[in-house]
Amino acid sequence: MTQALLTLTRIQAIGRNTFTELVRQKVFYFLLIFGLVVIGNSAFLAKFSFQEEFQMLKDVSLGAMSVFLSLLAILATATLLPRDLEDRTIFTILSKPVQRFEYLLGKLLGVIILLTVSTLIMGLLFLCVLFLRENMALAETRLSLGGSPQELAAALAEIKKAAFSWDLIPAMAILLVKGILLSSLTLLVSTVATSGIFAILVSASAYFIGHLQVTAREYWMSGIGIHWWTRIFTAFVALLFPDLQAFNLSDDIVAGTTLPMGIFWQTVALGAVYTTVYYAVACFIFESREL
Amino acid sequence: MSGLSSLRRNLIAILMLAVAGAVLLPWERELQRDSQAAHFRTAPLNLSLREQIGQSGFLAALSGFRAPLAAFLWIDAHSAWEKTEWGRMAGLFNTVTTLQPHTLLYWDIAAWHMAWNASIAALQDTKQQSELLRERARRQYIDLGRDFLERGIKNNPDNYLLYERLGILLRDKVEDHNAAADSFAKAASFPDAPNYIGRFAAYEMAKVPGREHEAYERLLTLYHQGKKQWMPSLLAKIRELEKRLNIPPDQRIPETGATGTGSAGSSPSH
Repeated sequence: MTQALLTLTRIQAIGRNTFTELVRQKVFYFLLIFGLVVIGNSAFLAKFSFQEEFQMLKDVSLGAMSVFLSLLAILATATLLPRDLEDRTIFTILSKPVQRFEYLLGKLLGVIILLTVSTLIMGLLFLCVLFLRENMALAETRLSLGGSPQELAAALAEIKKAAFSWDLIPAMAILLVKGILLSSLTLLVSTVATSGIFAILVSASAYFIGHLQVTAREYWMSGIGIHWWTRIFTAFVALLFPDLQAFNLSDDIVAGTTLPMGIFWQTVALGAVYTTVYYAVACFIFESREL
Repeated sequence: MSGLSSLRRNLIAILMLAVAGAVLLPWERELQRDSQAAHFRTAPLNLSLREQIGQSGFLAALSGFRAPLAAFLWIDAHSAWEKTEWGRMAGLFNTVTTLQPHTLLYWDIAAWHMAWNASIAALQDTKQQSELLRERARRQYIDLGRDFLERGIKNNPDNYLLYERLGILLRDKVEDHNAAADSFAKAASFPDAPNYIGRFAAYEMAKVPGREHEAYERLLTLYHQGKKQWMPSLLAKIRELEKRLNIPPDQRIPETGATGTGSAGSSPSH
């Protein structure tokens, strides 16, 4: 029990330090850019109809969140191990009673905190802009629309329906899960990588291949009229890479498709399992790595 | 563990990943099937889209940025509209709707631009001397608008909106009242469809020779739903059909029905 508590404390301490380090690296400038994109986008879209404006705002904002979270996950994680090796900080840490799996989990925890904070900030900013634009559209409609109170109420209800939907919250949560999965995958790559650049390149490639995994998987599973070498290649892609398309639900959510909670939780669980698998394999490699 | 050679260690790691991938494979496939059943992950990313959006656009779409890409192309289409580049607009709308086939707004507005704005612009095109060719271009744009709505319906059969829009297009632009009536009737059959669509369906049926009785029955059903349906247009159309169909006076709706007073409160003995 005491040992478990000590392990948790050590992981927490490494996680906190990693988070502080990452924030000091000015990765939060990404968030500033995101804010400018969303706000600038919202001002630019004023000439569209309110339905178009909300559609664009949600598409661009969730798309921007997806880009920045994926970039943040890969860039922040890829440099952690190589930098610690270069600075020789890793030797100081591992010379203390810190297990290697604790060190890796602490590092991953730091990135997870960073991604969570980033998602919260970006999500809040996005919802604020959406709320602001919604209220502006409501005020304009109240001022400009004559007619019966029923007609006005119907128009206002239409605006509210086009603006906010509760499904936007799970959409953002799934983006975070995807980011965490990517950071775990990048951590695994960085345990065999000799430099940060190598880890970034391999993880970015894995990101693109992960989005094609479903195509390779279905091609492999169909097994019709394909050569043996194609079969081996598609099997390799299907088995070694995660199905990242499973986490791209926000496109359809913005289009108005209702997200069943069963699919949401299954997607979250799939992300958690992948994260655990990549972390476990990273630990296996790191345990036997000569430093 | 530390005795493992680097190559052996990496091979074991790859094997571990492959085993995990094999275990997760059935789950991933089932999740994909469930998602598709709930209308997620159904947009096709194929070679025709690759030709439409170019290599980098296709890469962006593949990488999970379908929606932002569609949004940017929509903005581009808006710029094309300001320059009245109708052909470019049609191409961009095609790409946007392929990228985001479940966004009703894109189908709806694309169809409206083609069938209303582009068709009128084609008819008033001063560069084209031949009136015949101008009229032909007008009809082509209307057909393009209709095509957007029909493809939109194919992709979103569970929503009333595009059926309603198709009904309006068929009524106002094609003047095919029979098809318009069917489209409005289909839209009205959805539980969340606004009341007026049911009236539109009946009004269009009333214009089609041979469907007057069907129209009359529909209008009467709406009339019996209560005062909220007693629009002047509905009452006028019922009275017109009563005359055309020679409905016996005792089965006709009360004259005071329009004001909602007197005997209008009681249902006619139909």
